[in-house]
Amino acid sequence: MSETHAPEGRLDVIHDIGYRHYEGPRLGVGYATRSLYTSSLRGAFGLGRSGKSKILPMAMAVIMAVPALIIVAVSIYVKMGKLPVDYPQYLTNLQFVTAVFTAAQAPVLLSRDLRFMTVPLYFSRPLRSSDYVRAKYAAMVSAVFILTMLPMLIMWIGSMLGSMDFGYNTKHFAFGVVAAALYSLVYAGLGLLIASLTPRRGFGVAAIIALFMVSAGVSGALRGVMHVTGHQAASFWVAMLNPGFLIDSTVSWMFDLPLRGNVAEMPTTLGGVAFLAEIAVLAAGAFVLLVRRYRKI
Amino acid sequence: MAVITTDNLTKRFPRVTALDHLSVEVQPGVVGLVGANGAGKSTLIKILLGLAPATEGTARVLGLDVATEGGAIRERVGYMPEHDCLPPDVSATEFVVHMARMSGLPATAARERTADILRHVGLYEERYRPIGTYSTGMKQRVKLAQALVHDPQLVLLDEPTNGLDPVGRDDMLELIRRVHREFGISVLVTSHLLGELERTCDHVVVIDGGKLLRSSSTADLTAATSLLAVEVTERQDDPAFDVNAALRARLAEAGLTVGADSGHVLLVELNGDEVYDVIRDAVAELGVGLVRLEQRRHHISEVFAAGAHATDGADKAEEVAHV
Repeated sequence: MSETHAPEGRLDVIHDIGYRHYEGPRLGVGYATRSLYTSSLRGAFGLGRSGKSKILPMAMAVIMAVPALIIVAVSIYVKMGKLPVDYPQYLTNLQFVTAVFTAAQAPVLLSRDLRFMTVPLYFSRPLRSSDYVRAKYAAMVSAVFILTMLPMLIMWIGSMLGSMDFGYNTKHFAFGVVAAALYSLVYAGLGLLIASLTPRRGFGVAAIIALFMVSAGVSGALRGVMHVTGHQAASFWVAMLNPGFLIDSTVSWMFDLPLRGNVAEMPTTLGGVAFLAEIAVLAAGAFVLLVRRYRKI
Repeated sequence: MAVITTDNLTKRFPRVTALDHLSVEVQPGVVGLVGANGAGKSTLIKILLGLAPATEGTARVLGLDVATEGGAIRERVGYMPEHDCLPPDVSATEFVVHMARMSGLPATAARERTADILRHVGLYEERYRPIGTYSTGMKQRVKLAQALVHDPQLVLLDEPTNGLDPVGRDDMLELIRRVHREFGISVLVTSHLLGELERTCDHVVVIDGGKLLRSSSTADLTAATSLLAVEVTERQDDPAFDVNAALRARLAEAGLTVGADSGHVLLVELNGDEVYDVIRDAVAELGVGLVRLEQRRHHISEVFAAGAHATDGADKAEEVAHV
């Protein structure tokens, strides 16, 4: 290595083709994680991607928002003085939209990097696997939260424009925000966990949809059986089997809202506490399993 | 200062030892890491990036300990993997900007550095097209660009010429030389093609079965031997005549030591300048043409073959490859 220069001799080198060294700041892991969060959140809505990848997420956002707009417009027009649908109730009614959005977009966040083997490039940088998972999880939670908050905001702003009861609407809007947050945490966690298992986006989408549908079917059938066999009082427990029913029951229990959705029985106090614990376990468990999934790449 | 130092570095997997007490020192420059598939190259790179713990021994990259300072190492090192790693639906510019930000560069700097580095690796207008439309050579350049965009002090290139045609291969090797010569970035490049490394590297490290076979400068490895290679044409009028045998006899008669390699080439021991004259005269007297008269050089492959025989490493390497 006679005529080669050591790194410390860099300043003496004449760069005749103009290679410039980078002397500026290196912002480290926190910045990289935030950048990954931002780009992943944009990616969840197809922003910065091809037109085709915007279709589904944007369609889901529109489907989520349009009924809220109609409800608001009609209530104001006929001077109802009250929205016909309660805030958390609206999210229960449109659970399938949230589920489809999660199923379609969670694989966008993870399967791409697995399929095109981009993951090792991230981990050859200062980012650790836990930073990667943190950024992706936060992005997916934010995406579902934006989706579910969209109609909540439309309804609340509409109620204000229609001079409806400020106190009642704001209180129930807050219930809606809590419900939206719980949907975001649980749906994003389950969706990402499944998506992380396959590099094939199609498989991921199908598996996530299957999880929501099969668990709803099993839960409903089991409730039917319990009703027929006279175990009606305990039948609220079946809500634990489906993420949507679980959140619906929990929110109704927490805020003592009338049950009009998929689950007809109010959980007991023990049930409500157990439901809350299950939500916490699902959200935290998904995160922990994802970190473990990416530890060995 | 050494760029990479390993001391007794060992990595054991449940069924196989990938690195076996490897102690080696790599100086700044272009350094080749040679080994058969499964010789432990990729395991070594993972350990050097601080992504896998060593079972035993220590390693330092740019003076930083791989066990405790992995983050600091990965900030200063670039890595180009052997496998595909590019999403097809984004442009080279978008992708490299993203990877620059993942290395901690602010948005504006990431864009400037991306434009610079894509020009340096030879991607111009096509950098705005989706990567899916690129040729293999262009994809390799994007992979190299993402390893260089944050201006590392060292890049680890894993089989960068894989899948390239001969022209693309030459371009990539020239680019690798420039990374060191013009950018002042040290390079560790792995390959199983020895000829490539002879041309590109200042120094070559040969590992096999996780063991160090040899670490020396390319100049040493390819030094001139004291053998002259002599090759002559056949007789036009009498193709059946064994020219080599006749030449051999004449040279032996003149007191020279003559051997032969596998082909039509005689190897004559060079123990003085007069040997050239003797050979010239002998060839002239036989009335044949002289195709080649040159001093033999060593090839890296000789080291590798000799080492593999000595340690029976080939079997071991195969064993690793099966896992």
